[in-house]
Amino acid sequence: MNMNLTLLGQAISFAIFVWFCMKYVWPPILQALEDREAKIADGLAAAERGKQELEQAAQGKEEALREGRDKAQEFITQAQKRSDEIVEAAKVTAREEAERIKLAAQAEIEQNQNQAREALRLEVGKLALAGAEQVLMREVDESAHRDVLAKLSAEL
Amino acid sequence: MAAATPAEYISHHIQNLTFGQHADGTWGVAHGAKEAAEMGFIALNLDTMFWSLLTGILFCYLFRVVARDASIDKPSRWQLCVEMVVEMVAGSVRDAFHGRNALIAPLALTIFVWIFLMNLMDLVPVDFIPFVSHLVGIEYMKMVPTTDVNATFGMSLSIFGLMVYYGIKVKGFGGFFGELAFHPFGKAFLPINLVLETVSMLAKPLSLSLRLFGNMFAGELVFVLIAALIPFWLQWALSVPWAIFHILVITLQAYIFMMLTIVYLGQSHESHD
Repeated sequence: MNMNLTLLGQAISFAIFVWFCMKYVWPPILQALEDREAKIADGLAAAERGKQELEQAAQGKEEALREGRDKAQEFITQAQKRSDEIVEAAKVTAREEAERIKLAAQAEIEQNQNQAREALRLEVGKLALAGAEQVLMREVDESAHRDVLAKLSAEL
Repeated sequence: MAAATPAEYISHHIQNLTFGQHADGTWGVAHGAKEAAEMGFIALNLDTMFWSLLTGILFCYLFRVVARDASIDKPSRWQLCVEMVVEMVAGSVRDAFHGRNALIAPLALTIFVWIFLMNLMDLVPVDFIPFVSHLVGIEYMKMVPTTDVNATFGMSLSIFGLMVYYGIKVKGFGGFFGELAFHPFGKAFLPINLVLETVSMLAKPLSLSLRLFGNMFAGELVFVLIAALIPFWLQWALSVPWAIFHILVITLQAYIFMMLTIVYLGQSHESHD
C-alpha cells in the first residue's frame, strides 16, 4: 500500500501503450472496419441492381417470346398462302399445257389427214387416168388433158 | 508460502515485491511490509511493473497482429473478436464524447483492454505464480497490478493530466480557471466556488483509481481468504463461484474506468456556458 515510483512507472508505460495503440492499432483496425462497411453497402447495392436487371430481363424475355410466336404464326400463314398460290398457278399452267398439246396433236392429225387425202387424190387421179387409158386403149396425151385431170383431181 | 498462520499467509499475499533502499543504505528487495514502507517513495514494486508491462505488451501484440493483417473479406476469428471490442469502444466514444480528438478512442481501447488483462490475472489461482516464484527465490509476488494502488493512480493521474491539458487547450486559461472559479454559484462566491470545483475535480482521478483498486483488492483478498481459511479440498466450493462472479467484476471495472475516462475528457472539451 505504499506510494512509490511504481506510480511513475505505470504512468510511463500507460503513455507508451496508448501511443502504440493510437499509432499502430486503432487506425488500421478502424480502416478495415470502414472498408468492410463500404464493401457490404456496395455489395447490397449491386445485389439490388442485379435483381432489378433480372426483372427487366424477364420482362424482355416474355416480350421477345411473344413477338417470336407472332412472327412464326405470320410466317406460317404466309407460307400457307404462298403454297396455295403456287399450287393454283401450277394447275393453270398444266391446264394450258394440256390444251396446247391437244391443239398441236389435232393440227398434226389434220395435216396428216390432208396429206393422206392429197396422196389418195393423186393416186386416184393416176388410177382414173390409167383406167381411162385402158378404156380408150390409147394413149391419152397427158399434156393435152392436164387441165381435165387437174379439174378431176380437184373434185375428188 | 512458508506462512504458519492464516494472518501471516494473508499479509504475505498482499505484499508487493518492492525494490528500494534499505534503512542501512544498501539497495535491495524489501523483506516484509515494514521494510517496504521504510523505503519511502524512491522504490519500485517489481511485481506490479512486471505484470502490468507483460499484460500491456500482450495487449499491443494481440491487437497489432490484427491491425497488421486486417482482412476485409476473410477475417479470422481473432480479428472478429478484436473488432467486436474495437466497435464497442468506438461506440462508447461516439456516444459519450462529442469533441474531435484522435486520442480519445485509442486511449479508451488501451484502458479497457489493459485493465481487463491486468484484472484477469486475478483469476489465476492465488498460489500458482507465487509458488513458482518462491521456487526460484522470489519471496513476494503479487500478480494483479490493479490491486496495487500505484498502478491505478498511475493511470488515473495520467488521465487527470490529460483533463487539465485539454481543459486549458480547448477553453484557454481563462475558460479553464473561470469554470473553477465562477461555478456553481456565480462570481460573488468565488472562494466557495474555487474550493467546491477544485475538490470535485480532484475527486475524479481519486475516485477513478480508488474504485478500481478497491474492487480488485477486495476481490483478491477474498480469494486469499478462501485459500487461507478453508481446507484445500473444500476451497473450490467458494473460490469457483467467486471466480465466476469475478469475471463480471473485472470486465465491469475495466468498462467503468474506460467509460468515466471518456466522460471526464468529454467534460474538459465542453464548456458549461
